[in-house]
Formats: sequence, structure tokens, C-alpha cells
Amino acid sequence: MAGPGIPAYLGVAVFLFVTGAFGVLLRRSPLIVLLSLEIMLNGANLALIAFSRHWGNGDGQIFAISVMAVAAAEVVVGLGLIVAMARKKLNLDVDELSSLKG
Amino acid sequence: MSLLAVTAVGNVLVWAVWVLAVATCIGTGLLVVTRTNPFHSALALIGNLGSLAVLYLLLSSEFVAAAQVLVYAGAVMVMFLFVIAYLGGKADAPWIGGRTWHQAASAVAGLAILVNVLVAIGMAAGGSLKHEAQLDQVFGSPSEIGRLFLTDHLLAFEVTSIVLLIAAVGGVVLGSHARRSEAEDAAALAAGEQV
Repeated sequence: MAGPGIPAYLGVAVFLFVTGAFGVLLRRSPLIVLLSLEIMLNGANLALIAFSRHWGNGDGQIFAISVMAVAAAEVVVGLGLIVAMARKKLNLDVDELSSLKG
Repeated sequence: MSLLAVTAVGNVLVWAVWVLAVATCIGTGLLVVTRTNPFHSALALIGNLGSLAVLYLLLSSEFVAAAQVLVYAGAVMVMFLFVIAYLGGKADAPWIGGRTWHQAASAVAGLAILVNVLVAIGMAAGGSLKHEAQLDQVFGSPSEIGRLFLTDHLLAFEVTSIVLLIAAVGGVVLGSHARRSEAEDAAALAAGEQV
């Protein structure tokens, strides 16, 4: 295989996953949290495809495409929730949504 | 001899494309997490998804790269941009955290994930990830993906369609509930003003 080996791709995947995790943990806007979640999912996808290439087996690509479909579903529901929050005139801040807190 | 030279040039080209794609990927990833304007974050995420598609191509996964551009960078990001435009100024996300101990705990958790995964990859890269498999001609092609989806992974294919259907229904329900409560709010406001 020309170019860098599989571990280089895995390093990029880990970096993306950790970057996304920082965004999800540190940011308070639900929009940015959703965008960071997309980065985490894409990091996982890159790892899946790199391993699929490593073993020469297409199953990892099937998994990655299923992850894409689930991500699209998650974005629909997440953005629906954000629009509902905005229409109820709530602040767009994940820390203020605490009415279900025990 | 000339074949060797051509192979070397191809190798350099692949490395150049890889470095460019990874630099774009990492830079835009950091931009998405750090910008205070969600519109800029969403635009940076489109760049991130595009550079990931290039990496998928380098890994000989043509169909997934095409799906990435069409589904992610196309459909999903348009949805994001629509909602950000709809929210307007309300969507701004200033970079102010909650309590400091909350931020510190988040940073420690993130670093723990980083160390954990790096150790796992280091162990794996020690031996088993040295040699990639030889690829057959159909690897990553649409026909191979279609064959796998309709034979070995038929259940995943069908379940995915149900997940998408439920998400569509959920989106409609969320939207219609929000509209009704908005009308109720307006009615309550009008009644309050009359009293």
C-alpha cells in the first residue's frame, strides 16, 4: 500500500475522537455539542475503514455506512429538540436543562 | 527501472495528498470545537468531512467516500445550516464554561480517553498492524458493498431503514408539538393581557 500505514490513520482517528469528546464535554451550546458529536462519529468511522483496509474485508465499510445512517437519524432528532427549545423561548444552554434532575 | 521511478513518484504523491488531507482534517476539527459562531463551526465541519472523504479514497473505499460527501457533507450539513440560520442570533455560543471544577473534570476525562486509546493503539501497532492484506479488484466498489448489504448484512440493512423511518416520525412529532405549544403560549399571553 502506497503512503502511510494503518497506524497513522488510526492516530488521526483517535485525534478526531478526542477533539470531539472535548467539544461535547466543554461546550454548552447544544448546536456545538451536536457538531462535536459528528466529529466523534467520524473518528470512529475512519478507524472502521482503516481496519477494513487492513484486513481486506468489506464488513468494516458496511459498519461505517450504518454509522452514517444512525448519525443522520440522530441529527434529525437533535435538531428537532433544539428547534423545540428555541420555540419554547428557552436559553440554548445544556446546563440550564435540569428539570429532570433528581 | 522506469516502472520503479513511476512507483516512487506515485508514492510521493500519495504522501502529499495524505499530509494535506490530515492537516485539513485536524485544523478544521479544532475550529469546529473552538469557534463561538456555530455557522463557522458548521462550515469547518464541512471541510473536515471532505478531507475525511479523501482519506477514505486513500484507503481504497470509494463507495464510502462518495456516501460521505453526498450524505454527510451534503444532506446532514444542509440541515445543520438551515437550523442555525433559523435560530439566527440565538445560536451564538460564547466560550464561557460553567464551574471551573466542571471544566477541569472534563479535561481530565478527555485526557484519560486520549491516554487509553494511545496505549491500546501502541500495543496493537507493536505487531499485528505491520502488513496490510492484498486487495482483490472489487474491494470498496459499489457492487461489493451492495452484495454484502443484500447477503451477509441484510438484517442491518433492514434495521437501518426502520431507524431512519422512526427518526423521520420523531422529527415531525417534535416539530408539530413545538408549533402547538407556541400557539398556546401566544393564546395565554393574549388572555393575560386582557385580564
